[in-house]
Amino acid sequence: MRHALMQFAPAFPEIFVLIMISLILVVDAAVDDGKRFLAYFLSLVTLAGASFLTLRDFSTLPVLTLGGLFIDDPLSDVLKLFLYLSVAIVLVYSRDYLRQRGLYKGEFFVLALFALLGMMVMVSASHFLTLYLGLELLSLSLYAMVALQRDSSVATEAAMKYFVLGALASGMLLYGMSMVYGVTGSLGLGDIAIALQDGTDLRIPLVFGIVFIVAGLAFKLGAVPFHMWIPDVYHGAPTAMTLFIGSAPKIAAFAFVIRILGQGLESQVSDWRGMLVILAVLSMALGNIAAIAQSNLKRMLAYSAISHMGFMLLGILAGSQNGYGSAMFYVLVYALMSLGGFGMILLLSRAGFEADRLEDFKGLNRRSPWLAFMMLLLMFSMAGVPPTVGFYAKLSVLQAVVEIGYVWLAVAAVLFSLIGAFYYLRIVKLMYFDAPHDAAPIKASPDARVVMSVNGLAILALGIMPQPLMAVCIHAIRASF
Amino acid sequence: MISLSHYLVLGGILFAISVLGIFLNRKNVIILLMAIELMLLAVNMNFIAFSHYLGDIHGQIFVFFILTVAAAESAIGLAILVVLFRNLHTINVDDLDHLKG
Repeated sequence: MRHALMQFAPAFPEIFVLIMISLILVVDAAVDDGKRFLAYFLSLVTLAGASFLTLRDFSTLPVLTLGGLFIDDPLSDVLKLFLYLSVAIVLVYSRDYLRQRGLYKGEFFVLALFALLGMMVMVSASHFLTLYLGLELLSLSLYAMVALQRDSSVATEAAMKYFVLGALASGMLLYGMSMVYGVTGSLGLGDIAIALQDGTDLRIPLVFGIVFIVAGLAFKLGAVPFHMWIPDVYHGAPTAMTLFIGSAPKIAAFAFVIRILGQGLESQVSDWRGMLVILAVLSMALGNIAAIAQSNLKRMLAYSAISHMGFMLLGILAGSQNGYGSAMFYVLVYALMSLGGFGMILLLSRAGFEADRLEDFKGLNRRSPWLAFMMLLLMFSMAGVPPTVGFYAKLSVLQAVVEIGYVWLAVAAVLFSLIGAFYYLRIVKLMYFDAPHDAAPIKASPDARVVMSVNGLAILALGIMPQPLMAVCIHAIRASF
Repeated sequence: MISLSHYLVLGGILFAISVLGIFLNRKNVIILLMAIELMLLAVNMNFIAFSHYLGDIHGQIFVFFILTVAAAESAIGLAILVVLFRNLHTINVDDLDHLKG
């Protein structure tokens, strides 16, 4: 690892994104309503530019800079590229939806990019301070985004619930951080890991702090019993915001957990593993069972998100590099599936009509065989049916769990995913075997259709050839730990 | 002589009060915002106590950042509250029950 006190080059993508956000704010304030595409266009340019900068300076060795606050390692670079990709997909899917609902304004793009900046800082943080600031930048942008549809009472209610529970989670996380600071005397993750290497005689305050940190992380991930906000926020928020919340922030949350538990508190794995086991089992159980009872697709996908986070935790609790690698693979694949699932709701919606109930998907095969096929791939992948990539993602986290000897946990996970298969396959049944009760033509824009096709086919292609992405994940973890 | 544990107990009590305030309060959303503020102040108390007893300045710097973020957080919270009041004409916590299932 190289140390540099004040070297700005590793943070160029973040600096670039910040400059572009300021530019978009100014440009958007100066143009009238007919030229809103400028903000959209500039946002895509920002993402492309940031990708270029990240790729150009792709690190092979971890570089710690800005006084130990910021780390640029292969893990953060890979995750950042996926963050740009998912934000770009969100922008393409949600453009028409936002326009039809009067939300196609600079605010959406600025908030989305601020949230992206927060996620980038979280992904590259190597210090409690940067972790906290990144998390808050993400969260505050998301609260505002959910409340952006000001005349909708459900959206504002969702925003309020999100805000209160999100702030509670940050408070818990900070309380845990203060305890860890008290025990180790440092805030940097590397220094904490060194201080805890040989054990500590202050075990009780340390475990106390870890409990609060894990509770805060579970809130942010949406793991049971800290999941209460997920269904309400996913359901109440405008679908474009749900799409955003359900994709990129999950990747950032993964990085957050890996940085704190995997890097900072690595030596305490025996303390946090038990907590994660409880969270994972409860999430998979409640998520999959509660999803069966839902008649709203957004709410169903929210419970499905809870169960997927349970699966992702399986990989992390393994505490091995293979486990982290498979959890990373899982979260990247999940982000892709979630983008597709919520994106489909956006594609089928039109002015004054939300296609977010299950019956809106009835007979989709007759209205648009291609989109129905894409949805079929997405649902199969979420359920974990081969040859889609969801199967491989589940398999790899289960392998990691079996490697550490938790066979019962793997068996439980398989049983819960069998229960989960029911509600995913119900959607497939509705699309292919029921008569449509809404015959209006689907007015999705061509670019959104193309992106949806790529999204759906990527699920299939990655399922047939998972090795390259898996190799990238394992390499990123190996080179960063 | 006031020892470190006195401060930690005070921080713990403040934190517990704020968590209870969030979960037991069924009346007013503003009280929720106050509880959140109190929670962050309890954390600040912890950080400053540790920072003083460890003789390490970093904890106190962290507190400045927490204070700043708390200000931004209450600004957003109050803004959401205003929008909520315009839509529902109430800020009663029990009336926030349109989303269920």
